[in-house]
Amino acid sequence: MAWRALQLSRWPGALAVIAALALVLVALGAVILRAEPGRGLGPADWAAIRFTVVQAALSALISAGLAVPLARALARRDFPGRRWLITLLGAPFLLPVIVAVMGLLAIFGRNGWVNTALAATGLEPVSIYGIQGVVLAHVFFNVPLATRLLLQGWQDIPAEEFRLAAQLRFTKRDLFRHLELPMLSRVLPGAAGLVFVICLTSFAVALILGGGPRATTIELAIYQAFRFEFDLGRAALLSLVQIVVALGACLALFRLLPLHDPGQGLDRVVARWDRSAWDMPVILLGAAFLLLPMLAVLGQGASGLFSMPDAVWWATLRSLIVALSSAALLMLLALPIATLSLRHNAVEAIGFLGLATSPLMIGTGLFIVIFPIADPQAMALLVTVIVNAVMALPFALRILVPGLRQAVDAHGRLAASLGLRGARLWRIVLLPRLRRPLGFALGLGAALSMGDLGVIALFADPARGTLPLQIEQLLAAYRVEAAASASLLLTLCSFSLFWVFDHWGRRGA
Amino acid sequence: MLELDGCVFGNGGFRLAADWALDAGARCAVLGPSGAGKSTLLAGIAGFADQVSGTVRADGQALPPVPQHRPVAMLFQDHNLFPHLTVAQNVGLGLRPSLKLTAAERARVADALGQVGLAGLEARKPAELSGGQQSRAAIARLLVMARPVMLLDEPFSALGPAQRTDMLRLVVEVAAKVSASVIMVTHNPEEARALAGLVSFVDGGVASVPAPVEDFFARPPQALRDYIG
Repeated sequence: MAWRALQLSRWPGALAVIAALALVLVALGAVILRAEPGRGLGPADWAAIRFTVVQAALSALISAGLAVPLARALARRDFPGRRWLITLLGAPFLLPVIVAVMGLLAIFGRNGWVNTALAATGLEPVSIYGIQGVVLAHVFFNVPLATRLLLQGWQDIPAEEFRLAAQLRFTKRDLFRHLELPMLSRVLPGAAGLVFVICLTSFAVALILGGGPRATTIELAIYQAFRFEFDLGRAALLSLVQIVVALGACLALFRLLPLHDPGQGLDRVVARWDRSAWDMPVILLGAAFLLLPMLAVLGQGASGLFSMPDAVWWATLRSLIVALSSAALLMLLALPIATLSLRHNAVEAIGFLGLATSPLMIGTGLFIVIFPIADPQAMALLVTVIVNAVMALPFALRILVPGLRQAVDAHGRLAASLGLRGARLWRIVLLPRLRRPLGFALGLGAALSMGDLGVIALFADPARGTLPLQIEQLLAAYRVEAAASASLLLTLCSFSLFWVFDHWGRRGA
Repeated sequence: MLELDGCVFGNGGFRLAADWALDAGARCAVLGPSGAGKSTLLAGIAGFADQVSGTVRADGQALPPVPQHRPVAMLFQDHNLFPHLTVAQNVGLGLRPSLKLTAAERARVADALGQVGLAGLEARKPAELSGGQQSRAAIARLLVMARPVMLLDEPFSALGPAQRTDMLRLVVEVAAKVSASVIMVTHNPEEARALAGLVSFVDGGVASVPAPVEDFFARPPQALRDYIG
């Protein structure tokens, strides 16, 4: 009723939905027209498909498997720093992929800590390159995600059930069977499914740790066809394969996939009576696995921070502009769509665009469209801004819609009875009420765009790219120290952007 | 004068009929069991509910369909103040939704706050006020809005009995100052008595023709006897 009384207009939302859909459909259309299905898929293409699915499945299984003990320990233990650790579980979401890879290289790389230790004891070194490295990086990113989803599951078990279990003198096994197993069988498949779908469109990880005939994802194959073979037809065909695989997985797992809300409060511990001596070691191991790579980048990069090549600083400037523009565009899309979705719930499904499509597929399509009319390199940053905004749309909607619904439900009738409408309604009531989720979504959008290494790699002149691309160039040229310093700078930028917006949102909310 | 001429209001699948009129400056309590449609009656008059049939008129003029164009000021059960705005801004919204108030208008806001006993609290946020003070701020807005019809949807149900009586007295006072008629939903017969006007009883999808409160309680309808128990 409040909705109707407010007469929020629908056309901006419809326009935003059409714009987002048009971007994807135009890219898809271009890819379909340009692909040459007659050529069929070669053995290398099949290998890429197989590798993509296998590494995603392994990443999903291992991430979900490791998340179970970690989430369980976190759910039943309260200790100093618990809140902090749970916040830290959100950090990999903001951490630029290339920085995490740098961190993992520092530990598991050729001259990393692990191999140094192995060499000291006379053991064979391990290699991080290939499927094990790709899966390791995916596990690093997705254990925290899966842990947060499972932790939510544990917290959703009513406290009364644990009290009842204590009175019924359940053993640990009984407790697991009657309380935790039902929850896990509900939540775990979804968590694993989500990780699987996310890993299907992995590009940056495979770009650095994968490669070669045995460790190339479809995304990487698109990039290589595009960049090294200048074979637009093959890139288009692979893009088509990518969307079929990702969309297929999304549709197959549709009922399973949880709604991931990166903003949930998970700071409640339910009192229970079955703690295990293993909880703290598990928590410490988990924290170390998450923290060490980040600390490694910090240690490696700090010394060279002020002796980096000028190109790094220019790339930083470009990245900051891209991140801020992308966050602004994100809001321009997300606010109207959120408004529309209050009336039509189905609109929020547009969020699945981000999972089912991939940046390189959209990039390939846009390149095909732009190439005949303009210089794609000149459009590289603009295209990056747009693609990043569309990819962050699902998260922004997930964050904004509940806040907007609450604001409209609580204050809509009063606002309507006072005659507040249109721009005035937004300025005086809705935007101030939305300040907190707005700041969070802006911060997330800016940080994700800051760290993104995807479509930019396809389009940009390497000398005029973004900071993540610059780091990739430095790594490819074996300038590891400069790359580490640039990674530190990138991390600082990403987290600062997030912090500034999020803090703005929290202040005075 | 407010006329409900053969009105049927709809809210989802629910229907409520009302066919009566209220003189200018009259006060009417709306009693009835929960879920009977008391709030739908107010929503219908305010333009928030669907007008299935009939016409609402004020001073002989049919009311426009859009809520913001109706000569109505309303207090809701909760959320009567925007938590991010100051008390003065919340009251000022009743004068100018743009919040760009002239000096004279700001003086009117301060004066209204003085009349409800909130002098000097202009710069406070609602969270810094007690429940009673929040109600007073909302009543101050009714005062500056000076609309001929005031609709109250159990706005004081969260207050204690003594405060509730104070607020009712204040509303009566404010309504008299701007010669507004008052329609107030309540489920408390005592409040209906305190309003000291008419009573309409809502039951079975109909809001009965308002009767003077003494007559009403002297010869209560069977449904009310069931309701009070």
